Order: sequence, then C-alpha cells, then structure tokens
Amino acid sequence: MPADQPRLQMLGISKSYPAVVANADIDLTVMPGEIHAVLGENGAGKSTLMKIIYGVTRPDAGEMLWDGRQVRVRSPAAARKLGIGMVFQHFALFETLTVAENISLALDQRIAPALLGPRIRSVSEAYGLPVDPNRHVHGLSVGERQRVEIVRCLLQSPRLLIMDEPTSVLTPQAVLKLFESLRRMAAEGCSILYISHKLDEIQSLCDKATVLRAGRVSGCVDPRRETSRSLAEMMIGKELPTCHMTPRAPGEVRLAIRKLTLPAADPYGADLQDINLELRSGEVVGIAGISGNGQQEFLKALSGEVPLTTPAAVQLGGQDAGHLNAAERRGLGLCFVPEERLGRGAVPDLSLADNALLTGYVPAYGTGMVRSGLIQPDAVREFARRVIDRFNVKCGDETSHAGSLSGGNLQKYIVGRETLLTPKVMVVAQPTWGVDVGASMLIRQAIIDLRDQGVAVLVVSEELDELFMMSDRIAVLADGRLSRAVPIAEASVDQIGLWMSGNFDADVAGASGHVAA
Amino acid sequence: MLRLEARPAPSRAMMFASPLIAAAAMLLTGSLLFSFLGQEPLHAFYVYFIKPASTAYGVGELLLKATPLILCGVGLALGFRASVWNIGADGQLTIGAIAGGCVALYFREVDAAWVLPLMLVAGALGGMAWAAIPALLRTRYNTNEILVSLMLVYVAYLLLSYLVHGPLRDPHGFNFPQSRMFQEAALLPLLVEGLRTNIAFILSLALTAGAWFFCSRSFIGYRMQVSGMAPAAAAYAGFSEKRNVWLAFLISGATAGLAGVGEVAGPIGQLQPSVSPGYGFAAIIVAYVGRLHPLGVLLASLLMSLLYIGGESVQMELQIPSAITGLFQGLLLFYLLAADLFIHYRFKPAMPALHAMPTPD
Repeated sequence: MPADQPRLQMLGISKSYPAVVANADIDLTVMPGEIHAVLGENGAGKSTLMKIIYGVTRPDAGEMLWDGRQVRVRSPAAARKLGIGMVFQHFALFETLTVAENISLALDQRIAPALLGPRIRSVSEAYGLPVDPNRHVHGLSVGERQRVEIVRCLLQSPRLLIMDEPTSVLTPQAVLKLFESLRRMAAEGCSILYISHKLDEIQSLCDKATVLRAGRVSGCVDPRRETSRSLAEMMIGKELPTCHMTPRAPGEVRLAIRKLTLPAADPYGADLQDINLELRSGEVVGIAGISGNGQQEFLKALSGEVPLTTPAAVQLGGQDAGHLNAAERRGLGLCFVPEERLGRGAVPDLSLADNALLTGYVPAYGTGMVRSGLIQPDAVREFARRVIDRFNVKCGDETSHAGSLSGGNLQKYIVGRETLLTPKVMVVAQPTWGVDVGASMLIRQAIIDLRDQGVAVLVVSEELDELFMMSDRIAVLADGRLSRAVPIAEASVDQIGLWMSGNFDADVAGASGHVAA
Repeated sequence: MLRLEARPAPSRAMMFASPLIAAAAMLLTGSLLFSFLGQEPLHAFYVYFIKPASTAYGVGELLLKATPLILCGVGLALGFRASVWNIGADGQLTIGAIAGGCVALYFREVDAAWVLPLMLVAGALGGMAWAAIPALLRTRYNTNEILVSLMLVYVAYLLLSYLVHGPLRDPHGFNFPQSRMFQEAALLPLLVEGLRTNIAFILSLALTAGAWFFCSRSFIGYRMQVSGMAPAAAAYAGFSEKRNVWLAFLISGATAGLAGVGEVAGPIGQLQPSVSPGYGFAAIIVAYVGRLHPLGVLLASLLMSLLYIGGESVQMELQIPSAITGLFQGLLLFYLLAADLFIHYRFKPAMPALHAMPTPD
C-alpha cells in the first residue's frame, strides 16, 4: 500500500433531516497516523458526519473510500470490522458491571471477561491509560470511564479512532495525559478523528483540521499555522465576540449555604458533603467541576426542587430557606436557569407565552400573570414579548412552541425570562451548553449585566474558559465537596484543574510533578 | 418502500383529522365484517348508525347514553392531561351509584327537594373516596395507579353485588337481587315528556363548560397540564406532583360518581347488580377520541353513545351478537392510536431530491 494512500476519504457527503441540512457536499481526507480535527460549532454537522463514518446513519449522497476502496458502512459492527472505533461523548457503560465485563459485552467477538483482563491491562499500560479490569464502573471517575471506552476500541486494534468532544469531561491535567496517549497511538499508525469546538486543544494536538460551518466545509487547514482568530472566523464566519466585565465591590450577603450535606437520591449519584458558600449582591461566583461530581444534586438543593430537612442549610436574604420548595424560594427572590432547557427550563409543547407563566406566576415577582387563580393572558403575552424583544430571541412570535426554537434561542428566552423576573439571587447552570458562540456571548453578557445591577449570581459550568471570563470568584465542586472560593485574579487554570480532581489541598508547584509522573 | 420520518413539528391538522380517519377506518372494517356475517353492509350501517337516531325517542336515548360518557370522559380527560392514569372510572361510578342509592333508600319516606341534590353530592363524594385510594397509594408508596385503580373496579362491582344480594335487597322483591325502586323525589326529572333524557344531561353540559374554562383559564389547570407534559419542568416551577395526582383523581372520581348517580336515579331507578355496561372504560376511549379536550369529549361521547345504541339495534334487527358494540369501540380506539402516529411522523418521500432541499441559512 503506498504511503500517500489516504486511510479514509469522504467525498460529497450529504445528509438532510426534515428541518435541517446536516451535511452538504462534505469532503474529508484522513491520512494514516494523522490526528485530524473536525472543528465546528454545535449544529455545524460534526456529529452527523461521524455517525455516517461509524455506520450509525446513512448518507443521502456521497461515497466513502477506505484505503482507497469504496465501502458502504451499514452498521457500527461493519465499521468496527473495517477497523473504525468510536469513543462517544456520552458513554454507554453498565454501572453495575466491572470494566472487563463491560468491554466483553461491547466486543464483537465473545470473549470471557476473565480472559480479557490481561489483555486490557497490557493495552492500557502500553498507551498510558491505566484501568483496572476488575473494578466496577460505578466507582470510576468520568475520566476513567472514558479510558475504558478508549481501551475497548484499542482492543480491536483500530486503524481509525473517532473521539467525539472527549475533553468536556476531563480536568485540564487529564486532558494533557489524554493527548499523550493519542499522540502515541498516532505514532503507531492509527489515524484519529478528533471532534471539538475548542480551538486551543486543536492547535496543540492536531496535524490537520477540517472546519465545518452550517453543514458545509468552510476550510481545511493546518491548525498550527492558523491563529485562533482565523480558525474562529472559519468556524463562525466572523471574529469571536467577547464580553466585558469591570471590577466592582460586592454588597451584602444574599445567599448563604451553610454545612449543606445531602445523601444522593440516586445510588450512583454524588453525596453532597459539608458545602459552605456565601454569595453577595453584585458578584458572580463560578462553580467549576466536571458534571457528575454533585452538580445536579447541588443545584436541586439550591433551587428547592429537592427541599432539605435543615432549614438553615440554605439562606436567602438572611431567611432560612432550606425547607422551602422551589415556588417558596422563588418567593424570596430566587431565579434559576437549569441545565436542561427542554422539559425542565421550558415545556417543549407549550408556547413561549405559556412558558413565561411557568415561573412568572410567582406572586412575589409582581408580574400580574395570575389573579385570583385565573391566568391573565394579556399580561402573560406581554411579558413573553418583552423577553423576546429584549434578548433578541429568534422565533415566530410568543405563540411559537418552545420546542421549535434552536438551543441557543431557547436558552436566551429562558435566561431572559428569569432575568426580567427581577431576581435578587440568580443561579445559572451550564449557561452555554450546546449554544452557538454568538448566543453564548450574549447570554454571558446578560449575566454580567445582572451582576452590575446588584444581583447575586451563581454560575455552575463545565467550561473553565467561560468561568474565567465572567466570575468574580471561583470555586470547584468535586466528589460532592466544594472548595473555598478564590478571587479570579488569584486563580489559575492549573490550580482549578487540580481541585477538579478532588484534591483541594494540592498547590500547583507540588502538582506539576504529579502530572509528569 | 415507505419509510417514516419524524415531523419537524407535530401536525395540528393531523391532530384533528386523526379521529375522523379513525372513524372512517372503523366503518370500512365494519363493512367487511358485516359482509362476512352475510349482511348487506349499507343496510347494516343504516340499522347501526342512522336508524337509532332517526326518531325523537332515539335522539333522547342517544343523549341519555351519552350523559355518563360525558361525565366520566371529561373527568378522565382532565386527569390524562396531567398524565395521571385513572383507569378505574367504572369503579368510581359504581361507588357513586351506591352512595347516591343509599341516600335515596335511607330517605325513602322523605318527599323533599333536597333529596336529589344530596344524592348527587353523596355520589360525587363516593366516587372521590374510591379514587382517593389509588391517589393515596401512588403519592405515599409510589404504587402504579393504573393497576390499583383498575383492580378497585372489580372490588366496587363485588361490593355492589353484595349489597343488592344482601343488606339493600328489596324485602318485597321476590328475592331478586335488586334494591327497592327509588321514590319520586329521588329520581332525576325528565327534560322532555316521553323521552328518557333527564337533567343529568344538562349537568354534564355544564360540567363540560366548566372543564373547558378550567383547562384554558385557571392556573390549576395550567399546572396540571405542565405536570403531564413535562414533570421535570413542573418540579422546576415548584408545582407539587402529589397535589397534581390528588387533583386528577378527585376530579375524575367526582365526575364518575356523578355519572353513577345519574344512572341509578335516572333510567335504572334502583340499585341493581350492575349499573354500568362499562361506561367508565368506554370513557377512556371517549377522552382520547375527544383529544383530551372537554368539547371534543362531548362530541366523542355522542359517537360512542351511538355505538352502544346502534349495537343494540343491530342485535335486535339483524341478530348480530352483542359483542359487536365492544368490537366497534375497539376498532375505533385501535385506528385512533394508529392514526395518531402521523401527528408526530410522516411518510418519507421515496427518493430524497437533494437539489430541491433548502440550504441552511
């Protein structure tokens, strides 16, 4: 086989869904041993393209060449037979089984878990991906689970490995380790398709980058020769917007969390242990950490969706609120933007106006949406229109169903709704998950504006960049425990990264040796 | 080959067309069925669907049968909107009938205007009490309300059977398992002399209007709807799930109980071993054919009532087994569920014409 023979070529791939063209005439060429980035915003068509390569979805048009021969991949099993492995963003592992049992189930050949153990060990050691085959998955961290998925792929000696947004679940230190392993695989001839929207990662890891925008290829470049700016332009068609934040002195304590301890309702959830935090008027406190470390539980305990038995554990404006439910806490001036937009922050099958009523009904907000038990449609519609205007929500009008909006527009609507309810304390979870860059900046700026109006804001996010952009202080939630909150000027990505792995005592100097080891 | 694909948005047109398509498909299958039974389909349909409603008396019977269906159906529709699955309306109807009947029998010497209202109140409370059992078990112990409410139907049937065979049996009734006939003051007044339709029909219309107002304007109705559509959103907004379950059961129990009183204080006039030919179950179909909307329930009840009366009509005139009524009901629900698929899905065109697709903006 000639050395310049591409391992994978996708030619003229197109795929349409009823409402959207996901891929339009896409070409992609991956050489042996190449780490090839597929860069694009949410909704640019990256995932669809990968699903086509892995045989999950079939294209409407176009062809796929594997080692120069035309192939039709009809199923993931067929893709694996060719030597294509895929590590999904959300892992499909059975919590109650061991690592070896999980891998045994996922392999196409039937191999007993006991026989797999030694092979798992040798592969994982060879690539610097330590996993213990006999451990149960529920006891593994997210990073370890990802290693299980990678090892599963490696056991089938893949010649192309697809990694879908692998770093969203990792600490900055774990990202460096992952990159080492990926480079080692590439050096041995395995091609890697690396899907991401993070420019700095792609520049440090990848040899080649195919940039997608709105379902089309907008560029195919060497990312090391590009600037973040030029890549961003290819990705979103314009410069990366920014948001502005000026220092300001915080006011009185609006939200106090004292000795919040809560056993997880889900057997594999995280128990919250002794969480303490004070949130003041006019400041943004960012809570970093990887999802699954108690974020869900923490937010539900704050919002009142899970009322607590200890009233003093959560105090709003000096009043004990731990025992209050979500509606009662809203009565004390709390507003909350949850991480799931559809089905929690908004009801997909109801209109935007009806979704304004979802939280706007609380009498303390003074919206007048409900009077003596009856809905006031005019007040509801008027409020919804104000949100749509003020936050530039792209939709038909206030009668459009929430489910018909794009993720970014719906998030703008929900943030806007909670903002216009004039909160005293605002809690925002994952403000920009699955939101395009333009809308992300608008949402971040709206949150900063709230802070400038004297609202106490708590932001829980997985995106460290985002937290460094908009926080006055930052803390880390790991293993159900909350670190102390440090002023953003004194925080470093390395320090926060260490804390994200649950080691709150570590400092950066001591840790750098640990990472290298 | 035809393939299904998800619609970008649920089709409103299909939502309203679906019951009509289901009714048409039911008629088509029915005509095949009649042919197999050696009947002329058109004549059979005439006997089934037209003849019963072609006389004033027939229309009266239609409204009479529709009344318990409307009452049960409206209550169930409110509960189903909130995703609370009360399958036991027939049991609540039976207990309502018992409670109302007991009031009538206890005050059998009294000839006063308050007896009837008291019976209606007792019936509603009886239905609510029976519905409270699955509500309590669901909110307390997280039991499945579908199973509990369904099983309680049979308990209610047996309770009624015990009462009319034992304590409430008419002492002068030659040992027939039935209670005394109710006195005049305990019977619902007729709307028109000569027809059996009584004021329970007016009550059912009033309740329909009330339910429509409740759904569209009251905040409690909105809360129940949100709980049904998106439980996590309801929790996020601070709506209590328990209150939702209780409300749904109490409302549907009360309307079913009223329907029970409407039967025993109406066409039956006494307690008998059975007071309902399954109105509470037929009302589930009614609620869905009516799109869980009170006005839709009203129309669907009339259709279902016609199925009942037409079934009797073909039994008598064409000697077709009584199972025909259940069969037509089943066909209707079956086709409705099938047609409902197309609210959210559509057939994919055989060859996707790529060049004709709009490009993303």
